[in-house]
Amino acid sequence: MSDPWFAARLAWRDTRASWRRLLLLVAAVMAGVAALVSINSFTDNLRRSVAEQAEALLGADLVLSARADLDTNVVVTALVDSIRRAGGRDVDVARSVSLAAMAYLPRHGTARLIQLRGVDVGWPFHGEIITSPRGVWSRLQDGQAIVDPSLLTSLDAAVGDTLTVGEGRFPIVGTVVTVPGEVGLQSAFGARVYIATSRLPGTGLLGFGARAEHEIALRLPQTLASQPIADANRATLREARVRVRTVADDRDNLTSALTRLGRYLGLVALVALLLGGLGTASAVHVLIKQRMQGIAVLRCLGATSRQIVIAYLLQALFLGFVGAVLGAVLGVGIQQVMPTLFRDLLPVDVQLFVSMRAIGLGIALGCWTAMIFALLPLLAIRDVPPLATLRPSAGRTDPHRDPARLGAAFLLITSVVALAVIQVGAFRQGAWFALAGGLALGVLWLAARFTMHVARHAAPRRAPYLVRQGLANLHRPANQTVTVVLSLGFGAFLLTTLFTAQANLLRDFRIGGEGQEANMVFIDVQPDQIRILDDALRAEGIAPISTTPIVSMRLAEVDGVAVSTILAEGGGTAAPSGKATDSSAERGGLWAFRREYRSTYRDSLGPSEKVVAGRWFDGTETGTGQTPEDPAPISVEQDLAGELGIGLGSRLTWDIQGVRVHAVVQSLRTVNWARFEPNFFVIFTGRALAGAPQTSVTLASIPDPGARGRVQRRLAERAANVTSVDLGELQQALEAVVTRVVGAIRFMAIFSLLTGVIVLTGAIATSRWQRIREGTLLRTLGATRRQVLAILSVEYVALGLAAAVVATGLATVAGWALARWIFQTGFVFPWAPNLVLAGGLVCLTLVVGLHGSLDVLRRPPLEVLRND
Amino acid sequence: MTNPSIDSPNTRSPVLVVEGLGQAYQSGSEMLHVLKDISFTLESGDFLAITGPSGSGKTTLLGLLAGLDHPVEGHVILDGTDLAGLGEDQRAVLRRDKVGFVFQAFQLIPTLTARENVQVPLELAGEPDSGARADDLLQRVGLAARGHHYPAQLSGGEQQRVALARAFSTRPTILFADEPTGNLDSATGAVVIDLMMALNAEFGTTLVLVTHDMALAAMARRTIRLADGAMLEDSSR
Repeated sequence: MSDPWFAARLAWRDTRASWRRLLLLVAAVMAGVAALVSINSFTDNLRRSVAEQAEALLGADLVLSARADLDTNVVVTALVDSIRRAGGRDVDVARSVSLAAMAYLPRHGTARLIQLRGVDVGWPFHGEIITSPRGVWSRLQDGQAIVDPSLLTSLDAAVGDTLTVGEGRFPIVGTVVTVPGEVGLQSAFGARVYIATSRLPGTGLLGFGARAEHEIALRLPQTLASQPIADANRATLREARVRVRTVADDRDNLTSALTRLGRYLGLVALVALLLGGLGTASAVHVLIKQRMQGIAVLRCLGATSRQIVIAYLLQALFLGFVGAVLGAVLGVGIQQVMPTLFRDLLPVDVQLFVSMRAIGLGIALGCWTAMIFALLPLLAIRDVPPLATLRPSAGRTDPHRDPARLGAAFLLITSVVALAVIQVGAFRQGAWFALAGGLALGVLWLAARFTMHVARHAAPRRAPYLVRQGLANLHRPANQTVTVVLSLGFGAFLLTTLFTAQANLLRDFRIGGEGQEANMVFIDVQPDQIRILDDALRAEGIAPISTTPIVSMRLAEVDGVAVSTILAEGGGTAAPSGKATDSSAERGGLWAFRREYRSTYRDSLGPSEKVVAGRWFDGTETGTGQTPEDPAPISVEQDLAGELGIGLGSRLTWDIQGVRVHAVVQSLRTVNWARFEPNFFVIFTGRALAGAPQTSVTLASIPDPGARGRVQRRLAERAANVTSVDLGELQQALEAVVTRVVGAIRFMAIFSLLTGVIVLTGAIATSRWQRIREGTLLRTLGATRRQVLAILSVEYVALGLAAAVVATGLATVAGWALARWIFQTGFVFPWAPNLVLAGGLVCLTLVVGLHGSLDVLRRPPLEVLRND
Repeated sequence: MTNPSIDSPNTRSPVLVVEGLGQAYQSGSEMLHVLKDISFTLESGDFLAITGPSGSGKTTLLGLLAGLDHPVEGHVILDGTDLAGLGEDQRAVLRRDKVGFVFQAFQLIPTLTARENVQVPLELAGEPDSGARADDLLQRVGLAARGHHYPAQLSGGEQQRVALARAFSTRPTILFADEPTGNLDSATGAVVIDLMMALNAEFGTTLVLVTHDMALAAMARRTIRLADGAMLEDSSR
């Protein structure tokens, strides 16, 4: 009976004797686990923080919100009254109203777009708003304003200055430091300004055409649970176009969103771990080659191949465990910088703690990855015959038909899918991820083989010897081509894809600044203010590019069925994934029936529109929409038509300020929503809407910043409700958000590149002795160190180039696919950043490669030849 | 599974029976016969030297006798067990229990210390006191103080003495030695051979030695000479 601990003992002894060489195997697993543990741990931190701060996030126990004034909504007033009756004096109610507006500082004549929020006494009921100086929040009710510090900077204002908002004047009493539930980057789209709700009417900004969000926040006594109230009234409130949110609703929505974010970021981390697995496989492959003689001896001495495979598998498991534990420790360290990375993107104050779940999962995945990737190369042990002790060249079996190898390959593929599914939390996405990753690796592998083929058969024969020798290293035995192209190539592919995606995402938001392209948008221009705006522009010698009328309306009937009936019956349609609404109540569908539409009328198609069915208005239309028999022709955006379940010829009845307008769908359009232009779901002919109550949106190109400021000031003085949006600033805000989000993903992707470097270092280390021998031989034959260095440089530059070219090619395809199907926009390849990245990759390969090969130059030839 | 066994009329039972052994390899489209029709019997405690020029098939024969390779024809019956009927792992177990090896290139496992190298066969056999036995054997070969050294830290002679200690650690029925002095100078080689003979005498192990050193072959009780894969001579002293 053989010693049951023999395999374990053998594994330990082998590890102990060659731990330096095996360190790279540990490092390969470590980087991936560190990335996984950091992101999973941070996600756990976020979930707990959301749970702990849920009350503060909502600021109340129950919040009702709508686009219209809630005090005049009978459903809302009835509900609030009934809650008051049930809860008595312990029920507190506070209103708040939010809208975009312009803030004007008379002292300097400067104006800025702001997010104005009026709040009642007591708001928020939960959570603390921190101001500077502290404790000035209550002074809002005295008619003063508290603002974002960024507003003071942009207006060159100071606490104590008086701000003009609409027709109201507000002394600035302090700045906000933190507001629970608000995301810091929000202020990039307009600085926050808080005033008392009671002072809002005095601004004159809540008139016709205003787009304000009204909220009623309720604090309930302990005897009244908010969730049952919300659940019982949700349907009725929805019909009245009012959303209802509770602490639990907000917590669940946010938790689910953050968990999804964490899981997808975790997938990027998983790539690093899987690359580490490839590194492990490569290291084990070389290890077994080096141990062949020892394995043959063991078999001679009576060890079965199973015992030896188990011994080395235990070694891989042990090293994987060590790497995973070190990775977990590193991951906990990296977790500490995560809040900085996600600063201003999260609505909660993240409380850091060590997540044992994330650590346990990371260590388990690390061990499993090390073991499962090691298994396939370890099976080669069975091919080492004991006869190799007598004849080192002895070998056997056709590995391609080996059932054990096929089984191990199957287990490996299944494991990769399982790891992805575990990480993403859904089978379908996990399987797609594994398939895409497998495809990318497959392409990289093919490219590596192609590189070897080219190096062997198509290398320039007249090139200098040093170049030929360097290129020959790409295909000779113990070459590193496949390992380097796979490991570094995958990391570079991820990073290049991110750069490409970011550039394409932001491309449509880029503002020209030259010529006729608009860089200013004036919103909510009332009919009598068109001339004021026109004068303000003409004073600067500027003519507006376009003025587009806007008519607010709601759907009343669809093909003769009242929308209230459709809403009551649940409709049966679902919101499109690309246009997520802002509350859980709306996410269930029906948003298209419930929303307020801001439509226009015109005779011509816009540059971002394309008719895909029916025909555009040709001037022959006569319908006025005043009666069902005389419907006005309309053009409907294609996706919206899908949501409403309508097509060409469908009849829609609209409610415009109480007046019914009947319409028939004459065409369907696609719209590029990403363009900075007024785009619309529904377009009428002028005949139907010209007399309806309306506001306008005006586009203008004002290249001179001074002129922009002067136009804004004149409007602030004479048409205070008109909001002017500087598209350049908006573009910067968008870029800031996208850059921050992509930066977080890129941070995780860098781990893949780091793992690639570790694998490259490992590949160099494992073939080090052969390289030293070759270098020594060359030096013995008369090559100078400089020449040997040149040969190595050619090899590593060629390897880096191969990895960079393939990664860039793959990223181009991935970026195009993202642009085509996800962003739904055209595709451009951002040459500058990607060339820098490719160049960086070549330099990295060269530096790591040469550093790992320094011994080739340092070792005296005699020492090497004696050891050989 | 039953293995064929040989009934011996002698008092000393045959340890190794070789019948019509042949080996061939594919060389292009032709079969290259490297060993042809080898037959002999070896009894317990015998000392056989296999000699012949380079390429005569000595090492090939040794590999077949020890069950390291499969013959294309013939049988090898080792201590009553026909190797042809055994799978790879069964052969490994047979080697573990009955066979010892000494190689020209020592073949110590570089990642194990001298003591651990000696321990390996004992541990594989489930010997409970492998450490003490390894220490004892190392002392017998004069390397008690070098047990914690790795092979790379030992001289060639020392490495071969460790290999000897390892070969005798499980008290094998038969010991195969392939040019055991081939990598040693003559003085060190003599020390190793003396040690091998002494252990052979002490443990009663049958010894099969492959060598082209005629002086060494002369020390064997029986010599088989090979040429071009055929048995040219089988002589006993």
